Amino acid sequence: MEPKILKSESNLERVLSNGHFAVTVEIGPPMDCNAEIVLEKARLLKGLADAFNITDNQTGVVRLSSIASAVLIISEGLEPVMQMTCRDRNRLAIQSDILGAAALGIRNCLCIVGDHQSFGAAGKMKGHPGAKNVYDIDSIQLVSALKGMRDEGVQQGGDSLEKRPPFFIGAAWTPLGDPIEIRPLRLKKKIEAGADFIQTQGVFDIGEFKKQMKIIVDMGLHECTAILAGIIVPKNLGMLKYMNSSVAGVSIPESLIKRMEQARLKAGDDKKQAKKNQAEEGIRITVELIKQVQEIPGIRGVHIQAIEWEHRVPEILRRAGLIPRPVFPKKGG
Amino acid sequence: MIVAERKPLNEIKSFVENYKKILIVGCGTCTTVCLAGGETEVKVVASGLRIGFLKEDKEIEILEDCATRQCEPEFVTEIVERVKKEGVEAVLSLGCGVGVNFMADKLETIPVFPGVNTEFFGAAVEPGVWVEMCAGCGNCILHLTGGICPIARCSKSILNGPCGGSKDGKCEISPDVDCGWNLIVERMKKMGTLQRLEEILPPRDWSTSHHGGPRRVIREEIVSLSQEGGESTKAKEAAKEKESGR
Ligand code: SF4
Ligand code: SF4
Repeated sequence: MEPKILKSESNLERVLSNGHFAVTVEIGPPMDCNAEIVLEKARLLKGLADAFNITDNQTGVVRLSSIASAVLIISEGLEPVMQMTCRDRNRLAIQSDILGAAALGIRNCLCIVGDHQSFGAAGKMKGHPGAKNVYDIDSIQLVSALKGMRDEGVQQGGDSLEKRPPFFIGAAWTPLGDPIEIRPLRLKKKIEAGADFIQTQGVFDIGEFKKQMKIIVDMGLHECTAILAGIIVPKNLGMLKYMNSSVAGVSIPESLIKRMEQARLKAGDDKKQAKKNQAEEGIRITVELIKQVQEIPGIRGVHIQAIEWEHRVPEILRRAGLIPRPVFPKKGG
Repeated sequence: MIVAERKPLNEIKSFVENYKKILIVGCGTCTTVCLAGGETEVKVVASGLRIGFLKEDKEIEILEDCATRQCEPEFVTEIVERVKKEGVEAVLSLGCGVGVNFMADKLETIPVFPGVNTEFFGAAVEPGVWVEMCAGCGNCILHLTGGICPIARCSKSILNGPCGGSKDGKCEISPDVDCGWNLIVERMKKMGTLQRLEEILPPRDWSTSHHGGPRRVIREEIVSLSQEGGESTKAKEAAKEKESGR
Protein backbone atom coordinates (compact mmCIF):
# COMPACT_ATOMS: atom_id res chain seq x y z
CA MET A 1 0.00 0.00 0.00
CA GLU A 2 1.16 3.53 -0.86
CA PRO A 3 2.48 5.22 2.23
CA LYS A 4 0.05 8.04 2.99
CA ILE A 5 1.01 11.36 4.41
CA LEU A 6 -0.11 11.20 8.00
CA LYS A 7 -1.70 14.14 9.72
CA SER A 8 -0.49 13.31 13.17
CA GLU A 9 1.96 11.19 15.06
CA SER A 10 -0.69 8.80 16.20
CA ASN A 11 -0.41 5.03 16.10
CA LEU A 12 -4.16 4.81 15.67
CA GLU A 13 -3.89 6.87 12.51
CA ARG A 14 -1.12 4.63 11.21
CA VAL A 15 -3.16 1.50 11.85
CA LEU A 16 -6.14 2.94 10.03
CA SER A 17 -4.21 4.39 7.15
CA ASN A 18 -2.62 0.99 6.57
CA GLY A 19 -6.06 -0.43 6.11
CA HIS A 20 -6.31 -2.39 9.34
CA PHE A 21 -9.51 -2.83 11.29
CA ALA A 22 -8.76 -0.68 14.34
CA VAL A 23 -9.42 -1.45 17.96
CA THR A 24 -9.69 1.10 20.74
CA VAL A 25 -10.54 0.31 24.33
CA GLU A 26 -11.79 2.62 27.02
CA ILE A 27 -10.01 3.01 30.34
CA GLY A 28 -11.89 4.71 33.14
CA PRO A 29 -9.67 6.59 35.62
CA PRO A 30 -10.37 6.21 39.36
CA MET A 31 -12.20 8.72 41.54
CA ASP A 32 -9.05 9.37 43.56
CA CYS A 33 -5.39 9.99 42.83
CA ASN A 34 -4.33 6.37 42.75
CA ALA A 35 -2.05 6.13 39.74
CA GLU A 36 -1.62 2.43 40.38
CA ILE A 37 -5.20 1.75 39.28
CA VAL A 38 -4.54 3.34 35.90
CA LEU A 39 -1.18 1.64 35.56
CA GLU A 40 -2.65 -1.73 36.43
CA LYS A 41 -5.34 -1.40 33.79
CA ALA A 42 -2.65 -0.31 31.35
CA ARG A 43 -0.50 -3.38 32.06
CA LEU A 44 -3.51 -5.62 31.66
CA LEU A 45 -4.40 -4.15 28.27
CA LYS A 46 -0.98 -3.40 26.83
CA GLY A 47 -0.63 -4.42 23.21
CA LEU A 48 -4.26 -5.50 22.91
CA ALA A 49 -5.60 -2.38 21.19
CA ASP A 50 -4.26 0.37 18.96
CA ALA A 51 -5.16 3.14 21.36
CA PHE A 52 -6.94 3.55 24.67
CA ASN A 53 -9.55 6.17 25.43
CA ILE A 54 -9.23 7.91 28.73
CA THR A 55 -12.55 9.34 29.81
CA ASP A 56 -12.87 12.92 31.03
CA ASN A 57 -14.99 13.16 34.18
CA GLN A 58 -17.52 10.93 32.50
CA THR A 59 -21.15 11.17 33.62
CA GLY A 60 -20.26 14.31 35.52
CA VAL A 61 -18.18 12.59 38.19
CA VAL A 62 -14.77 13.91 39.25
CA ARG A 63 -12.03 11.49 38.33
CA LEU A 64 -8.28 11.51 37.88
CA SER A 65 -7.82 13.84 34.93
CA SER A 66 -7.71 12.47 31.43
CA ILE A 67 -4.42 14.20 30.63
CA ALA A 68 -2.70 12.80 33.70
CA SER A 69 -4.12 9.33 33.12
CA ALA A 70 -3.07 9.51 29.49
CA VAL A 71 0.49 10.31 30.51
CA LEU A 72 0.42 7.44 33.00
CA ILE A 73 -0.51 4.92 30.33
CA ILE A 74 2.09 6.34 27.96
CA SER A 75 4.64 5.47 30.63
CA GLU A 76 3.47 1.86 30.31
CA GLY A 77 3.87 1.98 26.55
CA LEU A 78 0.21 2.41 25.58
CA GLU A 79 -1.18 5.04 23.25
CA PRO A 80 -3.95 7.13 24.75
CA VAL A 81 -6.93 8.85 23.18
CA MET A 82 -7.46 11.76 25.51
CA GLN A 83 -11.15 12.60 25.82
CA MET A 84 -11.85 16.30 26.14
CA THR A 85 -15.26 17.61 27.10
CA CYS A 86 -16.66 21.10 26.69
CA ARG A 87 -18.55 20.94 29.97
CA ASP A 88 -15.74 21.86 32.33
CA ARG A 89 -13.48 24.17 30.35
CA ASN A 90 -13.86 27.26 28.26
CA ARG A 91 -11.95 27.74 25.02
CA LEU A 92 -8.91 29.07 26.86
CA ALA A 93 -8.63 26.10 29.19
CA ILE A 94 -9.35 23.61 26.42
CA GLN A 95 -6.66 24.94 24.13
CA SER A 96 -4.18 25.28 26.94
CA ASP A 97 -4.83 21.65 27.91
CA ILE A 98 -4.50 20.57 24.29
CA LEU A 99 -1.11 22.24 24.04
CA GLY A 100 -0.09 20.70 27.34
CA ALA A 101 -1.27 17.28 26.22
CA ALA A 102 0.68 17.56 22.99
CA ALA A 103 3.78 18.61 24.88
CA LEU A 104 3.39 15.54 27.09
CA GLY A 105 3.25 13.21 24.10
CA ILE A 106 -0.48 12.65 23.72
CA ARG A 107 -1.41 12.21 20.06
CA ASN A 108 -5.15 11.50 19.91
CA CYS A 109 -7.95 13.68 21.19
CA LEU A 110 -11.62 12.80 21.23
CA CYS A 111 -13.71 15.97 21.23
CA ILE A 112 -17.01 15.60 23.04
CA VAL A 113 -19.50 17.98 24.54
CA GLY A 114 -19.76 15.98 27.77
CA ASP A 115 -22.65 14.73 29.87
CA HIS A 116 -24.52 17.42 31.72
CA GLN A 117 -23.28 17.85 35.29
CA SER A 118 -26.70 16.84 36.61
CA PHE A 119 -25.89 13.22 35.67
CA GLY A 120 -23.81 12.32 38.73
CA ALA A 121 -23.23 8.85 37.24
CA ALA A 122 -26.94 8.55 36.57
CA GLY A 123 -27.85 8.98 40.20
CA LYS A 124 -25.46 6.29 41.45
CA MET A 125 -23.08 8.88 42.90
CA LYS A 126 -23.49 12.29 44.37
CA GLY A 127 -21.49 13.99 41.64
CA HIS A 128 -21.75 17.76 41.50
CA PRO A 129 -25.22 18.56 40.20
CA GLY A 130 -24.94 22.08 41.61
CA ALA A 131 -21.86 22.88 39.55
CA LYS A 132 -21.78 25.69 37.03
CA ASN A 133 -21.11 24.32 33.59
CA VAL A 134 -19.17 25.95 30.79
CA TYR A 135 -20.17 24.83 27.30
CA ASP A 136 -18.41 27.84 25.83
CA ILE A 137 -17.92 25.91 22.61
CA ASP A 138 -19.59 22.71 21.46
CA SER A 139 -18.00 19.48 20.28
CA ILE A 140 -18.09 20.44 16.60
CA GLN A 141 -16.50 23.80 17.36
CA LEU A 142 -13.90 22.01 19.46
CA VAL A 143 -13.02 19.71 16.56
CA SER A 144 -12.62 22.71 14.34
CA ALA A 145 -10.52 24.61 16.91
CA LEU A 146 -8.20 21.63 17.22
CA LYS A 147 -7.93 21.28 13.47
CA GLY A 148 -7.13 24.98 13.21
CA MET A 149 -4.33 24.56 15.72
CA ARG A 150 -2.91 21.53 13.95
CA ASP A 151 -3.36 22.46 10.29
CA GLU A 152 -3.36 26.26 10.24
CA GLY A 153 -1.24 26.88 13.27
CA VAL A 154 -3.74 29.27 14.80
CA GLN A 155 -5.56 29.34 18.07
CA GLN A 156 -9.33 29.69 17.92
CA GLY A 157 -8.99 33.37 18.75
CA GLY A 158 -6.63 33.96 15.83
CA ASP A 159 -3.21 34.10 17.50
CA SER A 160 -0.67 31.92 15.78
CA LEU A 161 1.20 28.90 17.08
CA GLU A 162 4.74 28.17 16.14
CA LYS A 163 4.76 24.50 17.08
CA ARG A 164 1.50 22.85 16.16
CA PRO A 165 -0.07 20.04 18.21
CA PRO A 166 0.14 16.87 16.05
CA PHE A 167 -3.19 15.35 17.04
CA PHE A 168 -5.31 12.73 15.38
CA ILE A 169 -8.73 14.28 15.90
CA GLY A 170 -11.71 12.26 16.99
CA ALA A 171 -15.37 12.92 17.58
CA ALA A 172 -18.25 10.90 18.97
CA TRP A 173 -21.40 10.04 17.08
CA THR A 174 -24.72 8.69 18.29
CA PRO A 175 -26.02 6.99 15.15
CA LEU A 176 -29.36 6.02 16.64
CA GLY A 177 -29.97 9.10 18.75
CA ASP A 178 -33.16 11.14 18.48
CA PRO A 179 -34.18 12.81 16.25
CA ILE A 180 -32.70 10.10 14.07
CA GLU A 181 -32.96 11.88 10.72
CA ILE A 182 -30.56 14.59 11.89
CA ARG A 183 -27.80 12.15 12.85
CA PRO A 184 -26.20 11.73 9.40
CA LEU A 185 -26.16 15.50 9.00
CA ARG A 186 -24.52 15.89 12.35
CA LEU A 187 -21.84 13.36 11.43
CA LYS A 188 -21.25 15.28 8.22
CA LYS A 189 -20.72 18.46 10.24
CA LYS A 190 -18.21 16.74 12.51
CA ILE A 191 -16.29 15.51 9.49
CA GLU A 192 -16.37 18.92 7.86
CA ALA A 193 -15.10 20.42 11.07
CA GLY A 194 -12.13 18.06 10.90
CA ALA A 195 -12.86 14.74 12.61
CA ASP A 196 -10.32 12.18 11.40
CA PHE A 197 -12.00 9.38 13.28
CA ILE A 198 -15.35 8.73 14.87
CA GLN A 199 -16.22 6.54 17.81
CA THR A 200 -19.91 5.79 17.98
CA GLN A 201 -22.23 5.39 20.91
CA GLY A 202 -22.59 1.73 21.88
CA VAL A 203 -24.47 -0.22 19.23
CA PHE A 204 -26.75 -3.15 20.04
CA ASP A 205 -29.41 -2.87 17.39
CA ILE A 206 -27.38 -4.03 14.42
CA GLY A 207 -30.34 -3.83 12.03
CA GLU A 208 -30.99 -0.16 12.73
CA PHE A 209 -27.30 0.64 12.78
CA LYS A 210 -26.89 -0.96 9.35
CA LYS A 211 -29.66 1.23 7.97
CA GLN A 212 -28.03 4.35 9.34
CA MET A 213 -24.62 3.26 8.01
CA LYS A 214 -26.11 2.73 4.57
CA ILE A 215 -27.13 6.38 4.55
CA ILE A 216 -23.62 7.33 5.64
CA VAL A 217 -22.02 5.23 2.93
CA ASP A 218 -24.41 6.63 0.31
CA MET A 219 -23.36 10.10 1.39
CA GLY A 220 -19.75 9.01 1.03
CA LEU A 221 -18.96 10.06 4.58
CA HIS A 222 -17.21 6.79 5.46
CA GLU A 223 -14.44 7.76 3.07
CA CYS A 224 -13.79 11.08 4.78
CA THR A 225 -13.33 9.72 8.28
CA ALA A 226 -12.70 6.39 10.00
CA ILE A 227 -15.80 5.19 11.81
CA LEU A 228 -15.22 2.91 14.79
CA ALA A 229 -18.38 1.24 16.04
CA GLY A 230 -18.95 1.55 19.78
CA ILE A 231 -19.36 -1.70 21.67
CA ILE A 232 -20.50 -1.59 25.28
CA VAL A 233 -19.95 -4.84 27.15
CA PRO A 234 -23.17 -5.79 28.97
CA LYS A 235 -22.48 -7.35 32.36
CA ASN A 236 -25.96 -8.44 33.29
CA LEU A 237 -29.67 -8.14 32.69
CA GLY A 238 -30.04 -5.06 34.88
CA MET A 239 -27.43 -3.18 32.88
CA LEU A 240 -29.05 -4.10 29.57
CA LYS A 241 -32.46 -2.99 30.77
CA TYR A 242 -31.11 0.19 32.25
CA MET A 243 -29.30 1.12 29.04
CA ASN A 244 -32.38 0.30 27.02
CA SER A 245 -34.64 2.57 29.02
CA SER A 246 -32.32 5.34 30.10
CA VAL A 247 -29.31 5.78 27.86
CA ALA A 248 -30.02 8.07 24.94
CA GLY A 249 -29.30 6.60 21.55
CA VAL A 250 -29.06 3.04 22.88
CA SER A 251 -31.86 0.63 22.13
CA ILE A 252 -31.45 -3.04 22.90
CA PRO A 253 -33.29 -5.62 20.82
CA GLU A 254 -35.73 -7.76 22.77
CA SER A 255 -33.83 -10.89 21.66
CA LEU A 256 -30.68 -9.82 23.52
CA ILE A 257 -32.64 -9.03 26.66
CA LYS A 258 -34.31 -12.47 26.40
CA ARG A 259 -30.94 -14.19 26.07
CA MET A 260 -29.64 -12.50 29.17
CA GLU A 261 -32.83 -13.38 31.01
CA GLN A 262 -32.40 -17.01 30.03
CA ALA A 263 -28.79 -16.99 31.22
CA ARG A 264 -29.90 -15.75 34.58
CA LEU A 265 -32.83 -18.14 34.88
CA LYS A 266 -30.64 -21.14 34.10
CA ALA A 267 -28.83 -20.66 37.39
CA GLY A 268 -32.02 -21.04 39.39
CA ASP A 269 -31.56 -19.70 42.91
CA ASP A 270 -27.79 -19.79 42.77
CA LYS A 271 -26.95 -16.10 42.74
CA LYS A 272 -23.27 -16.59 42.13
CA GLN A 273 -23.92 -18.84 39.20
CA ALA A 274 -26.50 -16.38 37.86
CA LYS A 275 -23.91 -13.64 37.90
CA LYS A 276 -21.42 -15.88 36.16
CA ASN A 277 -23.92 -16.99 33.55
CA GLN A 278 -24.87 -13.41 32.75
CA ALA A 279 -21.24 -12.34 32.52
CA GLU A 280 -20.54 -15.17 30.11
CA GLU A 281 -23.61 -14.34 28.04
CA GLY A 282 -22.59 -10.66 28.03
CA ILE A 283 -19.20 -11.55 26.65
CA ARG A 284 -20.74 -13.85 24.07
CA ILE A 285 -23.06 -11.03 22.96
CA THR A 286 -20.12 -8.64 22.81
CA VAL A 287 -18.06 -10.95 20.62
CA GLU A 288 -21.05 -11.44 18.31
CA LEU A 289 -21.65 -7.70 18.08
CA ILE A 290 -18.01 -7.12 17.18
CA LYS A 291 -18.19 -9.70 14.43
CA GLN A 292 -21.44 -8.25 13.12
CA VAL A 293 -20.24 -4.64 12.95
CA GLN A 294 -17.07 -5.84 11.24
CA GLU A 295 -19.25 -6.88 8.31
CA ILE A 296 -21.00 -3.53 7.98
CA PRO A 297 -19.75 -1.46 5.05
CA GLY A 298 -18.10 1.74 6.22
CA ILE A 299 -17.02 0.44 9.63
CA ARG A 300 -13.27 0.56 10.10
CA GLY A 301 -12.85 -0.46 13.67
CA VAL A 302 -14.42 -0.99 17.06
CA HIS A 303 -14.32 1.04 20.22
CA ILE A 304 -14.85 -1.19 23.24
CA GLN A 305 -16.23 0.13 26.48
CA ALA A 306 -16.16 -2.33 29.35
CA ILE A 307 -17.09 -0.02 32.17
CA GLU A 308 -15.11 -1.07 35.28
CA TRP A 309 -14.71 -4.43 33.58
CA GLU A 310 -11.46 -3.87 31.78
CA HIS A 311 -10.11 -7.22 32.98
CA ARG A 312 -12.57 -9.05 30.73
CA VAL A 313 -11.40 -7.18 27.62
CA PRO A 314 -8.42 -9.45 26.75
CA GLU A 315 -10.72 -12.44 26.56
CA ILE A 316 -13.23 -10.54 24.40
CA LEU A 317 -10.57 -9.43 21.96
CA ARG A 318 -9.10 -12.89 21.75
CA ARG A 319 -12.48 -14.51 21.09
CA ALA A 320 -13.27 -11.84 18.50
CA GLY A 321 -10.00 -12.60 16.74
CA LEU A 322 -8.77 -9.05 17.05
CA ILE A 323 -5.36 -9.79 18.58
CA PRO A 324 -2.48 -9.54 17.92
CA ARG A 325 -2.55 -5.91 16.83
CA PRO A 326 -0.41 -4.61 13.99
CA VAL A 327 2.87 -3.09 15.09
CA PHE A 328 4.66 -0.27 13.30
CA PRO A 329 8.15 0.98 13.88
CA LYS A 330 8.01 4.34 15.62
CA LYS A 331 8.87 7.03 13.11
CA GLY A 332 10.58 10.30 13.89
CA GLY A 333 10.39 11.31 17.54
CA MET B 1 -41.87 38.37 30.46
CA ILE B 2 -39.55 37.92 33.39
CA VAL B 3 -40.78 34.91 35.29
CA ALA B 4 -40.46 34.73 39.05
CA GLU B 5 -41.70 32.61 41.91
CA ARG B 6 -42.61 33.81 45.36
CA LYS B 7 -40.18 32.90 48.08
CA PRO B 8 -41.49 30.76 50.95
CA LEU B 9 -43.22 32.87 53.58
CA ASN B 10 -40.84 31.73 56.31
CA GLU B 11 -37.84 32.96 54.39
CA ILE B 12 -39.54 36.30 53.74
CA LYS B 13 -40.50 36.54 57.39
CA SER B 14 -36.91 35.98 58.48
CA PHE B 15 -35.85 39.02 56.42
CA VAL B 16 -38.27 41.49 57.94
CA GLU B 17 -39.11 40.29 61.45
CA ASN B 18 -36.74 42.68 63.18
CA TYR B 19 -38.25 45.89 61.84
CA LYS B 20 -41.15 47.86 63.21
CA LYS B 21 -42.55 49.19 59.97
CA ILE B 22 -42.20 47.55 56.60
CA LEU B 23 -43.56 48.22 53.14
CA ILE B 24 -44.38 45.41 50.73
CA VAL B 25 -44.22 46.58 47.14
CA GLY B 26 -45.57 44.55 44.28
CA CYS B 27 -44.88 45.16 40.63
CA GLY B 28 -47.67 45.68 38.14
CA THR B 29 -45.86 44.21 35.18
CA CYS B 30 -44.01 40.89 34.85
CA THR B 31 -44.44 39.52 38.36
CA THR B 32 -48.13 40.39 38.23
CA VAL B 33 -48.58 38.43 35.03
CA CYS B 34 -46.69 35.41 36.33
CA LEU B 35 -48.68 35.54 39.55
CA ALA B 36 -45.66 35.94 41.79
CA GLY B 37 -45.66 39.52 42.94
CA GLY B 38 -48.61 41.63 41.85
CA GLU B 39 -51.24 43.38 43.94
CA THR B 40 -52.88 40.09 44.89
CA GLU B 41 -49.63 38.53 46.04
CA VAL B 42 -48.82 41.64 48.07
CA LYS B 43 -52.06 41.10 49.96
CA VAL B 44 -51.37 37.40 50.42
CA VAL B 45 -47.85 37.98 51.74
CA ALA B 46 -49.01 40.83 53.97
CA SER B 47 -51.74 38.79 55.61
CA GLY B 48 -49.45 35.79 55.93
CA LEU B 49 -46.88 37.90 57.72
CA ARG B 50 -49.51 39.54 59.91
CA ILE B 51 -50.78 36.17 61.08
CA GLY B 52 -47.21 34.98 61.69
CA PHE B 53 -46.26 38.05 63.69
CA LEU B 54 -49.52 37.98 65.64
CA LYS B 55 -48.77 34.42 66.75
CA GLU B 56 -45.38 35.55 68.00
CA ASP B 57 -46.79 38.67 69.62
CA LYS B 58 -44.70 40.86 67.39
CA GLU B 59 -45.98 44.31 66.59
CA ILE B 60 -44.89 45.09 63.10
CA GLU B 61 -46.72 47.54 60.92
CA ILE B 62 -47.10 46.29 57.39
CA LEU B 63 -47.87 48.73 54.58
CA GLU B 64 -48.84 47.61 51.09
CA ASP B 65 -48.22 49.15 47.71
CA CYS B 66 -47.78 48.18 44.10
CA ALA B 67 -45.74 50.07 41.51
CA THR B 68 -46.77 49.92 37.87
CA ARG B 69 -43.19 48.93 37.11
CA GLN B 70 -40.33 48.73 39.57
CA CYS B 71 -37.83 49.20 36.78
CA GLU B 72 -38.64 52.78 35.81
CA PRO B 73 -37.84 55.93 37.76
CA GLU B 74 -41.24 57.57 37.37
CA PHE B 75 -42.92 54.74 39.27
CA VAL B 76 -40.13 53.99 41.72
CA THR B 77 -39.78 57.62 42.76
CA GLU B 78 -43.28 57.50 44.25
CA ILE B 79 -42.35 54.48 46.34
CA VAL B 80 -39.11 56.08 47.49
CA GLU B 81 -40.97 59.19 48.57
CA ARG B 82 -43.55 57.17 50.46
CA VAL B 83 -40.82 55.24 52.27
CA LYS B 84 -39.16 58.42 53.40
CA LYS B 85 -42.36 60.24 54.31
CA GLU B 86 -43.87 57.42 56.33
CA GLY B 87 -40.71 56.33 58.09
CA VAL B 88 -40.62 52.83 56.60
CA GLU B 89 -37.70 50.82 58.02
CA ALA B 90 -37.47 48.09 55.38
CA VAL B 91 -38.94 47.34 51.99
CA LEU B 92 -39.94 43.94 50.72
CA SER B 93 -40.09 43.92 46.95
CA LEU B 94 -42.20 41.45 45.05
CA GLY B 95 -40.79 42.74 41.78
CA CYS B 96 -38.12 40.80 39.94
CA GLY B 97 -34.46 41.20 40.84
CA VAL B 98 -34.34 44.32 38.71
CA GLY B 99 -36.92 45.96 40.93
CA VAL B 100 -35.00 45.07 44.09
CA ASN B 101 -31.77 46.41 42.62
CA PHE B 102 -33.30 49.55 41.29
CA MET B 103 -35.01 50.44 44.55
CA ALA B 104 -31.86 49.59 46.51
CA ASP B 105 -29.98 52.02 44.26
CA LYS B 106 -32.47 54.73 45.14
CA LEU B 107 -33.12 54.02 48.79
CA GLU B 108 -29.64 54.69 50.16
CA THR B 109 -29.72 53.26 53.70
CA ILE B 110 -33.11 51.55 53.78
CA PRO B 111 -32.83 47.79 53.18
CA VAL B 112 -34.75 46.24 50.30
CA PHE B 113 -35.42 42.49 50.48
CA PRO B 114 -36.32 40.14 47.65
CA GLY B 115 -39.71 38.51 48.07
CA VAL B 116 -39.47 36.44 44.90
CA ASN B 117 -36.89 34.30 43.16
CA THR B 118 -36.37 35.69 39.71
CA GLU B 119 -36.11 32.77 37.33
CA PHE B 120 -35.91 33.59 33.62
CA PHE B 121 -37.34 35.22 30.50
CA GLY B 122 -40.15 32.98 29.45
CA ALA B 123 -43.67 32.46 28.22
CA ALA B 124 -46.79 31.00 29.77
CA VAL B 125 -47.12 27.87 27.68
CA GLU B 126 -50.28 26.81 29.50
CA PRO B 127 -52.10 28.13 32.55
CA GLY B 128 -49.68 27.84 35.46
CA VAL B 129 -46.70 26.69 33.38
CA TRP B 130 -43.91 29.00 32.28
CA VAL B 131 -40.96 27.98 30.15
CA GLU B 132 -37.62 29.69 29.64
CA MET B 133 -37.20 30.88 26.08
CA CYS B 134 -34.48 33.51 25.91
CA ALA B 135 -31.27 33.99 27.85
CA GLY B 136 -30.68 37.60 26.85
CA CYS B 137 -27.43 36.78 25.08
CA GLY B 138 -27.18 40.14 23.38
CA ASN B 139 -26.82 38.85 19.83
CA CYS B 140 -29.92 37.03 18.71
CA ILE B 141 -29.49 34.13 16.33
CA LEU B 142 -33.08 32.96 16.13
CA HIS B 143 -33.08 33.52 12.38
CA LEU B 144 -30.65 30.59 12.13
CA THR B 145 -32.52 28.14 14.31
CA GLY B 146 -36.12 28.29 13.22
CA GLY B 147 -37.07 30.84 15.85
CA ILE B 148 -36.26 28.52 18.73
CA CYS B 149 -33.38 29.44 20.98
CA PRO B 150 -30.55 26.92 21.41
CA ILE B 151 -28.93 29.05 24.07
CA ALA B 152 -31.87 29.23 26.43
CA ARG B 153 -33.61 25.99 25.54
CA CYS B 154 -30.69 23.56 25.22
CA SER B 155 -29.17 22.54 28.56
CA LYS B 156 -25.69 22.88 27.05
CA SER B 157 -26.42 25.94 24.90
CA ILE B 158 -24.78 24.20 21.98
CA LEU B 159 -24.99 25.80 18.56
CA ASN B 160 -24.59 22.68 16.46
CA GLY B 161 -26.96 20.33 18.19
CA PRO B 162 -28.60 18.11 19.10
CA CYS B 163 -26.10 16.31 21.31
CA GLY B 164 -26.27 12.56 21.73
CA GLY B 165 -28.45 12.89 24.81
CA SER B 166 -31.72 13.74 23.11
CA LYS B 167 -34.31 11.04 23.70
CA ASP B 168 -37.95 10.98 22.62
CA GLY B 169 -37.94 14.75 22.32
CA LYS B 170 -36.60 15.23 25.83
CA CYS B 171 -33.26 16.47 27.11
CA GLU B 172 -30.77 14.15 28.77
CA ILE B 173 -31.10 16.07 32.03
CA SER B 174 -34.72 15.07 32.64
CA PRO B 175 -37.74 13.52 30.96
CA ASP B 176 -39.60 16.67 32.00
CA VAL B 177 -37.42 19.01 29.97
CA ASP B 178 -37.93 19.38 26.24
CA CYS B 179 -34.78 19.04 24.16
CA GLY B 180 -34.43 22.46 22.60
CA TRP B 181 -32.60 21.03 19.64
CA ASN B 182 -35.35 18.53 19.02
CA LEU B 183 -37.76 21.46 18.88
CA ILE B 184 -35.47 23.23 16.43
CA VAL B 185 -35.16 20.16 14.20
CA GLU B 186 -38.87 19.43 14.26
CA ARG B 187 -39.80 22.98 13.41
CA MET B 188 -37.24 23.39 10.65
CA LYS B 189 -38.33 20.07 9.21
CA LYS B 190 -41.90 21.31 9.04
CA MET B 191 -40.78 24.57 7.48
CA GLY B 192 -38.65 22.70 4.97
CA THR B 193 -35.48 24.44 6.10
CA LEU B 194 -33.70 21.55 7.82
CA GLN B 195 -30.80 21.69 5.36
CA ARG B 196 -29.82 25.03 6.84
CA LEU B 197 -28.55 23.17 9.86
CA GLU B 198 -25.77 21.78 7.67
CA GLU B 199 -23.87 24.98 8.18
CA ILE B 200 -21.46 24.83 11.10
CA LEU B 201 -22.10 27.71 13.45
CA PRO B 202 -18.75 29.01 14.70
CA PRO B 203 -17.97 29.66 18.37
CA ARG B 204 -19.98 32.57 19.67
CA ASP B 205 -18.67 35.88 20.78
CA TRP B 206 -20.08 35.76 24.30
CA SER B 207 -18.93 39.29 25.04
CA THR B 208 -22.40 40.54 24.09
CA SER B 209 -23.82 38.44 26.92
CA HIS B 210 -23.17 38.78 30.64
CA HIS B 211 -19.73 37.24 30.05
CA GLY B 212 -18.68 40.60 28.65
CA GLY B 213 -19.45 42.23 32.01
CA PRO B 214 -22.55 44.13 33.15
CA ARG B 215 -24.20 45.58 30.08
CA ARG B 216 -26.03 48.74 29.22
CA VAL B 217 -27.98 50.01 26.32
CA ILE B 218 -27.75 53.67 25.35
CA ARG B 219 -30.15 55.23 22.87
CA GLU B 220 -28.57 58.52 22.09
CA GLU B 221 -31.58 60.20 20.50
CA ILE B 222 -33.62 59.59 23.64
CA VAL B 223 -30.82 60.63 25.94
CA SER B 224 -30.48 63.95 24.14
CA LEU B 225 -34.24 64.48 23.90
CA SER B 226 -34.77 64.01 27.60
CA GLN B 227 -31.85 66.19 28.54
CA GLU B 228 -32.36 68.94 25.97
CA GLY B 229 -31.14 72.18 27.39
CA GLY B 230 -29.96 70.38 30.48
CA GLU B 231 -26.61 68.88 31.32
CA SER B 232 -26.76 66.29 28.60
CA THR B 233 -23.09 66.15 27.79
CA LYS B 234 -22.14 63.37 30.18
CA ALA B 235 -24.61 60.88 28.82
CA LYS B 236 -23.77 61.81 25.28
CA GLU B 237 -20.11 61.34 25.88
CA ALA B 238 -20.79 57.97 27.41
CA ALA B 239 -22.84 57.00 24.38
CA LYS B 240 -20.11 58.04 22.00
CA GLU B 241 -17.50 56.23 24.01
CA LYS B 242 -19.52 53.06 23.80
CA GLU B 243 -19.94 53.34 20.06
CA SER B 244 -16.30 53.93 19.34
CA GLY B 245 -15.22 51.31 21.86
CA ARG B 246 -16.93 48.50 19.97
S1 SF4 C 1 -30.34 33.92 20.68
FE1 SF4 C 1 -29.93 35.21 22.47
S2 SF4 C 1 -31.34 36.92 22.31
FE2 SF4 C 1 -32.06 35.35 20.87
S3 SF4 C 1 -33.57 34.19 22.05
FE3 SF4 C 1 -31.61 33.16 22.33
S4 SF4 C 1 -30.71 34.06 24.19
FE4 SF4 C 1 -32.37 35.38 23.52
S1 SF4 D 1 -30.51 16.70 24.90
FE1 SF4 D 1 -31.09 18.43 23.63
S2 SF4 D 1 -31.47 20.12 25.06
FE2 SF4 D 1 -30.40 18.55 26.18
S3 SF4 D 1 -28.28 19.16 26.05
FE3 SF4 D 1 -28.61 17.74 24.34
S4 SF4 D 1 -29.20 19.00 22.61
FE4 SF4 D 1 -29.34 20.26 24.43
